[in-house]
Amino acid sequence: MRVMAQVAMVMNLDKCIGCHTCSVTCKQTWTNRDGVEYVWFNNVETKPGVGYPKRYEDQDRWHGGWQLDGRGRLKLRAGGRIKRLLNLFSNPDLPTLDDYYEPATYDYDTLINAPAGPHTPVIRPKSAITGRDMAITWGANWEDDLGGAPEHAPADPNLAAMAEKVAMEFDKTFMFHLPRICEHCLNPACVAACPSGAMYKREEDGIVLVDQERCRGWRMCVSSCPYKKVYVNHKTGKAEKCTFCFPRIEAGQPTVCAETCVGRLRYLGLILYDADAVLDAARVTDPRDLLEAQRRVFLDPEDPAVIAAARAGGISEDWIEAARRSPIYRLAMRYRVALPLHPEYRTLPMVWYIPPLSPVLDAVTGVGADADDPDNVFHAITDLRIPLEYLASLFSAGDTEVVAGVLMKLSAMRAYMRARTIDGTVATDLLESAGMTAADMEDMYRLLAIAKYDERY
Amino acid sequence: MTDIDAVPGMGPLLAARTFFTRSEVSADGRTLHQVDPSGWDRFYRDRWAHDKVVRSTHGVNCTGSCSWQVFVKDGLITWEHQATDYPSVGPESPEYEPRGCPRGASFSWYTYSPSRVRYPYVRGVLLEAWREARSRLGDPVLAWAELTGDPERARAYKRARGKGGFVRAEWDEVLELMAAAHVHTVKEYGPDRVVGFSPIPAMSMASFAAGTRFLSMIGGTLLSFYDWYADLPIASPQVWGDQTDVPEAADWWNSRYLIMWGSNIPVTRTPDAHFMTEARYQGTKVVAVSPDYADNVKFADDWLAPHPGTDGALAMAMGHVVLTEFFRERQVPYFTDYVRKYTDLPFLVTLEPRGDAYVPRRFLTAADLTDDAGENAAFKTVFLDEETGEPRVPNGSLGFRWGEEGEGRWNLDLAGATPALTLLGRAGRAVEVDLPRFDEGATEGGSVMRRGVPATEVGGKLVTTVFDLLMAQYGVPRADLPGEWPQGYEDAAQPYTPAWAEEITSVPAATIARIGREFARNAEVTEGRSMIAMGAGTNHWFHSDQIYRAFLTLVLLTGCQGVNGGGWGHYVGQEKVRPITGFQHLAFAFDWQRPTRHMAGTAFWYLATDQWRYEQIQADELSSPLGDGLFEGRSFADCNAQAARLGWLPSHPTFNRNPLTLADEAAAKGVGVAEHVVDELRSGRLRFAAEDPGEPANFPRVLTVWRANLLGSSGKGNEYFLRHLLGADAETRNREGIHPTEVRWREEATEGKLDLLTTIDFRMTSTALFADIVLPAATWYEKHDLSSTDMHPFVHAFNPAIAPPWQTRADYDVFLGLADAFSELAARHLGKRTDVLAVPLAHDTPDELAQPGGRVRDWKHGECEPIPGKTMPKIVTIERDYAAVGERMRGIGPLFAELGLTTKGVTYRVGPELDDLRARNGATPEGHVSLATADRMCEAILALSGTTNGRLSTQGFETLERRTGTRLADLAAEHEGKRITFADTRSRPQPVITSPEWSGSETGGRRYSAFVINVERDKPWHTLTGRQQFFLDHDWMIELGEQLPAYRPPLNMRRHYGEQGDGQDGAEVTVRYLTPHSKWSIHSEYQDNAYMLALSRGGPTIWMSVEDAARIGVADNDWIEAYNRNGVVVARAVVSHRMPAGTVYMYHAKDRNVNVPLTEKSGRRGGVHNSLTRLLLKPSHLIGGYAQFTYAFNYYGPTGNQRDEITVIRRRGQEVTY
Repeated sequence: MRVMAQVAMVMNLDKCIGCHTCSVTCKQTWTNRDGVEYVWFNNVETKPGVGYPKRYEDQDRWHGGWQLDGRGRLKLRAGGRIKRLLNLFSNPDLPTLDDYYEPATYDYDTLINAPAGPHTPVIRPKSAITGRDMAITWGANWEDDLGGAPEHAPADPNLAAMAEKVAMEFDKTFMFHLPRICEHCLNPACVAACPSGAMYKREEDGIVLVDQERCRGWRMCVSSCPYKKVYVNHKTGKAEKCTFCFPRIEAGQPTVCAETCVGRLRYLGLILYDADAVLDAARVTDPRDLLEAQRRVFLDPEDPAVIAAARAGGISEDWIEAARRSPIYRLAMRYRVALPLHPEYRTLPMVWYIPPLSPVLDAVTGVGADADDPDNVFHAITDLRIPLEYLASLFSAGDTEVVAGVLMKLSAMRAYMRARTIDGTVATDLLESAGMTAADMEDMYRLLAIAKYDERY
Repeated sequence: MTDIDAVPGMGPLLAARTFFTRSEVSADGRTLHQVDPSGWDRFYRDRWAHDKVVRSTHGVNCTGSCSWQVFVKDGLITWEHQATDYPSVGPESPEYEPRGCPRGASFSWYTYSPSRVRYPYVRGVLLEAWREARSRLGDPVLAWAELTGDPERARAYKRARGKGGFVRAEWDEVLELMAAAHVHTVKEYGPDRVVGFSPIPAMSMASFAAGTRFLSMIGGTLLSFYDWYADLPIASPQVWGDQTDVPEAADWWNSRYLIMWGSNIPVTRTPDAHFMTEARYQGTKVVAVSPDYADNVKFADDWLAPHPGTDGALAMAMGHVVLTEFFRERQVPYFTDYVRKYTDLPFLVTLEPRGDAYVPRRFLTAADLTDDAGENAAFKTVFLDEETGEPRVPNGSLGFRWGEEGEGRWNLDLAGATPALTLLGRAGRAVEVDLPRFDEGATEGGSVMRRGVPATEVGGKLVTTVFDLLMAQYGVPRADLPGEWPQGYEDAAQPYTPAWAEEITSVPAATIARIGREFARNAEVTEGRSMIAMGAGTNHWFHSDQIYRAFLTLVLLTGCQGVNGGGWGHYVGQEKVRPITGFQHLAFAFDWQRPTRHMAGTAFWYLATDQWRYEQIQADELSSPLGDGLFEGRSFADCNAQAARLGWLPSHPTFNRNPLTLADEAAAKGVGVAEHVVDELRSGRLRFAAEDPGEPANFPRVLTVWRANLLGSSGKGNEYFLRHLLGADAETRNREGIHPTEVRWREEATEGKLDLLTTIDFRMTSTALFADIVLPAATWYEKHDLSSTDMHPFVHAFNPAIAPPWQTRADYDVFLGLADAFSELAARHLGKRTDVLAVPLAHDTPDELAQPGGRVRDWKHGECEPIPGKTMPKIVTIERDYAAVGERMRGIGPLFAELGLTTKGVTYRVGPELDDLRARNGATPEGHVSLATADRMCEAILALSGTTNGRLSTQGFETLERRTGTRLADLAAEHEGKRITFADTRSRPQPVITSPEWSGSETGGRRYSAFVINVERDKPWHTLTGRQQFFLDHDWMIELGEQLPAYRPPLNMRRHYGEQGDGQDGAEVTVRYLTPHSKWSIHSEYQDNAYMLALSRGGPTIWMSVEDAARIGVADNDWIEAYNRNGVVVARAVVSHRMPAGTVYMYHAKDRNVNVPLTEKSGRRGGVHNSLTRLLLKPSHLIGGYAQFTYAFNYYGPTGNQRDEITVIRRRGQEVTY
């Protein structure tokens, strides 16, 4: 056992209001400069949708992440060393600007400086890359609130396997927002793919960084990252990515995206894990086992053996204490409501998500609930608008049981707390169905609902 | 290091790296861990580094009132993050941190934006003409007179509006020009022809106050905004006698059943939305009512998608269910006790015969019981005692609020009486009543339904209770009452059953019944913790007052109002200046003179922009068949003129004569001014300007807009503004309409009424593009100011992170400069003059007793005598020292010490506060407490308000206790010694003190909810009955058929205005046109911001359903044009199945300055979202002079609603030119 520490994040999608404040504060702080106009270390996608860059989840196209070869060995999907070397100068898996979007600016000063003329002055879009007039046909967040929409949804890779189950009709609309940053994976494909040794995982906290002095701009990281969260600065030619706000983390402050999250849905914390177990976890055969495999890599910070090994490995007392208080550990391991994004990429991502509970019924037929019992106000999760298959495609390599289990817990929490707060009843049947004690249920409720600043970070 | 070749599938490449780096490949050789090498990371560390962090916030146009940390490096603003240091809400609740949204997070972009207004600008053609006249004549005032008096030269610069050609000018020159225009207009036309527009003071009080204080001192007209924005819920003053009071966002957490009704909380209340998402985890059921799958719907346990504008029908049917199941089939003691004590349901209403049935008329009052009923008897309402059956005149009605006998008796204590809710089983008889319905009928006035009520005779009059009328109105049959009643929930033929509502709304009847039942049941088991958060989606309709009354019925019947976690939450442009007393008295210069010329914005614009000339329907179109024909043959402009002369609403410009001249004439005649005015009016020589808005002497002449974008955002009927007010190019194709009866019609409509339009802004809005003068404003990160809101209970500060850059100035300093320039010219041209004001009958004053019974008596028609303050406006004179305005701006005048400060009928004495302020702020050379800087103004606002000064709050409650006779002062006692200073608000948001200025309580750290003091401390509402009113008995309410809550459908624009399209089937589609609040802007602001443009679609869009898009061959992102009789808009289409067919959204407020091409329809620049809208006045919004229907600024007045409109959409050529 080799104990290492990792800064990790959980986002509760069930609370995400899709406001994009995180995107703006991140961009203002880190990427509002030349060369990275199109870059959003943090972006928010409306799902269903093709995302940013387009169809980044389609690894048949981009060859990001890892796969097992015929003999069960873990290989970069981008191919072996030779293939990657051959592609150094013409990487076919590199997204183009069109796959992201052509950033626009405007001739703003026209509004003031326009000479007297026949029409009211107006500003028009100009390419931030070429400076020429342009028509805006795609953007950083083009699909915002579309709910997919018939023109775009079919291209969402998550819908490919379930097209017949999803109708893009008014009554059946569903959507949710998916904020994304770098996953700071335990098994980062970008690091493995970098020919220059510029990408690395920080020893002390696992943050994945690009050494700007060492980066030679080979861009293997861009194509190998299945989340497309490494970008090229087209002015410097070097790779840039989310730094997990390391200057803030080092000072004991949350990341910008987390602290400015108005939905209060981001949690930050330390996870202790066994570095020696990472490889085996990443190469379990069935992708549906990857979630449990990754959970097994995480170490219980209350376990004396783990603490001893951590101390032996040079991890300081305050970090061990931080790991014990980690909301990430509670949400991913103790309550098991947080799930990794696309575990099938085998990168063992470290930004996890609580899937959204969206129990809205069909607006037209109005079926469901118990029409005769006005005290029974909640619908069963079988009435979910968001298909379980869709969530499973994102968070559990297609295993709907896993997603359903999480949503069941969230539902049970709501019903349990309703009874508790209205007349003090302790609904033991709900505790049993969720497999939780009353203390755990209420602790989870406090963590998710009251979510004080000091509890989130 | 392990054998890397043993690691399957990788390794060699990584292994090779170890030769080039000193880092360490991880144990399994697959990845690379290292400690940050060689300092490459300095780049990111430097980027993060900053020199200081300054607290500020965002002003004016958002109710968020979020505190922000502004980062500064090397003297430049870099970015902003939300503050997280709000005082705690308590251990069992989520906190307010981190308040903010993406718009606010992008604000600092404006600081150095290339479109930032850096210098004063004047349009070249005007500036040249001005300079020529100014230098030739030597006197600026004469120069302005000549320039504007010459039709050719005036036309030249007015025609150039909106067409570029700005040139830089110097501050001194521009201020002199403005001052000359002001002085000339005051002198030639009257001070009321000088107009100011600035909205929403709560989110930058000093900046607002600077301009309104200046205008108040010179006698200018101050336009309201809350009603003009259609954000004022008229139902609130109607039902509660209160402008708007709502729960703070953290109180959503206390709710157990939350309906978001036309309120897209994640988008429009972004920083507060988490309280909703988090409350769900506590077991709160959340319901969304929205015609589209809006951002909030995904959080909802149930989604109800009624057709747009039919929310009233939905709510009425839920009310039907609640009355049936919780009042008829069984009684819930909590509900029954609540409505008996806190609503007008037990009060008696007279029934008068009409045809072969009866109609309800008015509240029975003490005056009906005996001839000698004592003071104000016509304002004391009556119920029957449940035990004795005898009529009782309980305490608390309006008759007890004013006058000596009411001292100690204005309270809700029933003194042991139990009011009878119903006469059923007690009444001598049951009678048929005719009630209005609007779902059928040849006109908007609908038709009639016949139902029945139990009735009895009291005081010689046949009466029933409001409750019995409500049961009849809602169609809940009881016993053997006569009339036609629904056969059950499934009966679709009769209002207001669930099945009836399903046909109108498309929401399944079973769902309507289930949600109504759950809402009430939740209120029963939680004792009132059911809440409706309602928004612009339901409030911006022509008949929103009726929609809202149907909502309020739900929360009142179930005892939710005045309870934490329950009641209404109206979240539309509402604002709360928590330190209201200090603010309003300083902002309107009540320290120097009282009152000021407040004006109802919508009525003003309706006349000023000549929208009244395009009316195709008349007021009588709206009359119920049960009305008395009061509107017969009368236009909305006629109704407005009548409201002016009866003293209901303010009307400025007031008369067709300079008010300064009126005073001179009276002096010359040696008679009192009021007498002179009455004589002149009676003779017909003097007329109200509203009776002849086309007369050039009656035009508004000088308009200053600050903190606002009138022409790109709020100006409904935008094209009419451009044509008639400004004389600029306009696209309206509308034809002129029906001529009014009384208001004078002139054949020629004027184009370009306004002589001078100035805007003060930091960005180039449409208002700036069309203005004559653009003054460069400091941003919100460059000045001192104060912010508060009703969404949270804190006051906090704006602070300058940097000094105003370039030649920008804070609003406060702009108006000080203007006042100085004005005073200098005024000394020569005006001196001391007497101004004559016509002041409407005012709310929260004894004026509420002026017109008993809400009977309309028009002196002009000989129905009564013109008596100022009774049957017409009060006539008030103010001595103005025009040369002293600059000096007076900077100091607190004598009236605070002499008269105190009065808010909502409570007067505060402020001796110690003035002494304290003198010590803090210093004094002017003339010896007045200094207001010479914005931070001193902020200090004064805080010192003179109860919410921020515990001594005043306690004093106010003690004053109120003498009137109510109930215990109140203890609410503030815990904070009697607390004083919130400006320095406090700069360091951290400060929680406010419970104060009689508002109706809720923060005492003991509880969450604020409206009307908690009324419910818990027996303090009456400011209504006729002193209770929350279901029933309204003004003559015009009878005429409109709106005595009780009812469903009135959206106006049938197609019928009134004809087909809007060119009839090209397949190429065009006619749809409902809605303008909900945008995700990527706060009104028009931020839509030009690079971040918001990047995250949205980079310019104006119209959202369409898949079906409508398919009908005209439109694909996502195609260019389309939307047009109707009012104007033309060009935008990109956004096509999504989350939109309902038959409705498009153009999110509010799309300005014309970003990515708007020329239209194919007109060849000119496409319009703004409001190019497709036009104002329509609802007569009930003009009522005044009676009880809660008396006027106050932003409290009552016609709304600038815009939701009932339709438009044509067509796919245009995809090649666009700019």
